[in-house]
Amino acid sequence: MNTQQNLNIEFSQYLDINGTLLKPLPATLDNEELLIALYRLLVLTRLFDETAVNLQRTGIIGTYAQSKGQEAIGTAIGRAMLADDVFIPYYRDIATQIQRGVSFEEILQYWGGDERGSNFADQPNDFSLCVPIATQLCHAIGVAFALKFQSKRNVAVVTCGDGATSKGDFYESLNMAAAMHLPALFIINNNQWAISVPLHQQTASKTIAHKAIGAGIPAIQVDGNDVLAMLINISKALEQIRQSGKPFLIEAITYRICDHTTADDASRYMDADVLQEAIKKEPLIRHKRFLSTQHFWTEEKDKALYHDCQQQIDEAVDRYQNFPPQAAGDFFDYMYEQLPADLLEQKQGFIQGLKHHE
Amino acid sequence: MNDWTMIEAINHALANQMRANENIVIFGEDVGVNGGVFRATDGLQTEFGERRVFDTPLAESAIIGMSIGMASQGLIAIAEIQFMGFIYSAIDQILSHAARLRNRTRGRLTCPIVIRAPFGGGIHAPEHHSESTEAMFAHIPGLRVVIPSSPARAYGLLIAAIQDPDPVIFLEPKRIYRDGKQAIDDNGQALPLDSCFVLREGVDITLVSWGAMMKETLEAAKQLAQKGIDAEVIDLATIKPLDIDSIIASVNKTGRCIIVHEAARTCGVGAEIAAQLAEKSITSLLAPIQRVTGYDTVMPMFKNEHFYMPSTQRIIYSAIKTMEYR
Repeated sequence: MNTQQNLNIEFSQYLDINGTLLKPLPATLDNEELLIALYRLLVLTRLFDETAVNLQRTGIIGTYAQSKGQEAIGTAIGRAMLADDVFIPYYRDIATQIQRGVSFEEILQYWGGDERGSNFADQPNDFSLCVPIATQLCHAIGVAFALKFQSKRNVAVVTCGDGATSKGDFYESLNMAAAMHLPALFIINNNQWAISVPLHQQTASKTIAHKAIGAGIPAIQVDGNDVLAMLINISKALEQIRQSGKPFLIEAITYRICDHTTADDASRYMDADVLQEAIKKEPLIRHKRFLSTQHFWTEEKDKALYHDCQQQIDEAVDRYQNFPPQAAGDFFDYMYEQLPADLLEQKQGFIQGLKHHE
Repeated sequence: MNDWTMIEAINHALANQMRANENIVIFGEDVGVNGGVFRATDGLQTEFGERRVFDTPLAESAIIGMSIGMASQGLIAIAEIQFMGFIYSAIDQILSHAARLRNRTRGRLTCPIVIRAPFGGGIHAPEHHSESTEAMFAHIPGLRVVIPSSPARAYGLLIAAIQDPDPVIFLEPKRIYRDGKQAIDDNGQALPLDSCFVLREGVDITLVSWGAMMKETLEAAKQLAQKGIDAEVIDLATIKPLDIDSIIASVNKTGRCIIVHEAARTCGVGAEIAAQLAEKSITSLLAPIQRVTGYDTVMPMFKNEHFYMPSTQRIIYSAIKTMEYR
């Protein structure tokens, strides 16, 4: 018999849905300031999401993809990563991005149809959002290669949804990361839905984590609505990758308690009762209950925190709305480092013909 | 000076740049110990080690996607796709990301990669090993597409491609990999990536081609000269950006133009050249522009590939008809 590794997949959880601690926290996490900071990030992400949806409804930004219900994943990723690790996100990772120097106004710029939103002023190396599903996983292994090549002990951290795990790029990337011993952490946001297609129609695999085992990558499942379990497991995985130089995969189990994007209507395919059950498990309520029982978190403090977060977001919205527009013709200038003669000619033609666009 | 075939010139250009820049890595299928199925990377792993020259798993999309990730963090990635017919698995990465990364991030992340792929027919290879789909890539904003047609131009253009800060599709005409040698100084000199090369001056008719088809085109010019027709021959070399000014200058002189390419006719690069000539220089034309190309068929398997590929005689016939046009 050939045995690659135990085919049982560990499931990790620290907080149950009532916010009760199931086992003692590691010393590094037993820190009131940190626990509140995590809660603040969850709230900040939730409120930003709501604000962004409103901005879409009023035509101030375009289609927007929410993270609602999945905030714990991004919160934990951002907290666990080192500044000089590299993050390769997909489109439900705002909670991570805002911890890594990406501003709310840049995120709004992106969804507002302005490329400058991906030219992060304070984050030089992370990738911007990747739209073609699963393609970012291939970029992550290249980033991981570069980090290893440069003798850094850093990790390329990449995320994708459950739907992405059906794509060839997912399998190719896992296989290559393992075969070439690359320091990459794959984190799957398993929110049970790829737009309207549920997980059981996406795969017959018992878990997504099992898909990694076939590639030779160790993998676990974590309660993705439990920010503490996510943080503990991501931190552990990152440390293991830094030591071994080899990849790891975390399947975060969560639920998309929102539409796919603002262009979607999940009530067409999502069972309302199932959704109500899922909402009971969402990460904010759970963490708040935990804080209330363990750290004397009060409604008063909660209100103040919400107020504070909303103010931070409103200020960002103001800054977003006050950005000067791009110059007409800017969209020619970043195709190549230097504009080739033929493209320069097209740009000049465009500028001369600008009156036709007004 | 060294006497090198095109494949040797490619090999030495790679080595030259690897010595000059420690951030260059070369990888793909069979490029390591084996030195590539055509030996383009022969000996490179021995000289530069497995850290910089290595075999990857057989996965074209991941090879190109990985190149993008590497390039975003300061490396220069030179990826080999074993045959152009296998590049389609990676097309999403090339079109959706390599070509767009600079623009998407407004220059914050860039993609200095070279994708090398042998292309074209005429070596009696199996199905899918003889493709010429350069026009697909030339259509994509953000890419450069380069095709050499001699050892010296392969050397200089490949060095330019490696030094270019944007993604370059470098297509190597494998039929002429070993078709004669040229004296080349291994001096690391780059050739321009936006200029065609006038290989033969003439006043009667302009013949434009690229890659392996230069061979038939030059031979046709030679035979036309014996018939008293003085053809100017242009090697396009850089398919994108396309140096239309040099072609216009030539056509302004000759008044006639034939474009020769191996790829299928419809929406081929020849169509773009003809369109631009029509837009910018139609009054200089004394006869309709002709195209001598492959057909809008699948490239036949090798028993019939000679029917598909433009021959010297087809070029000559087309040139004579053009000269006779009144």
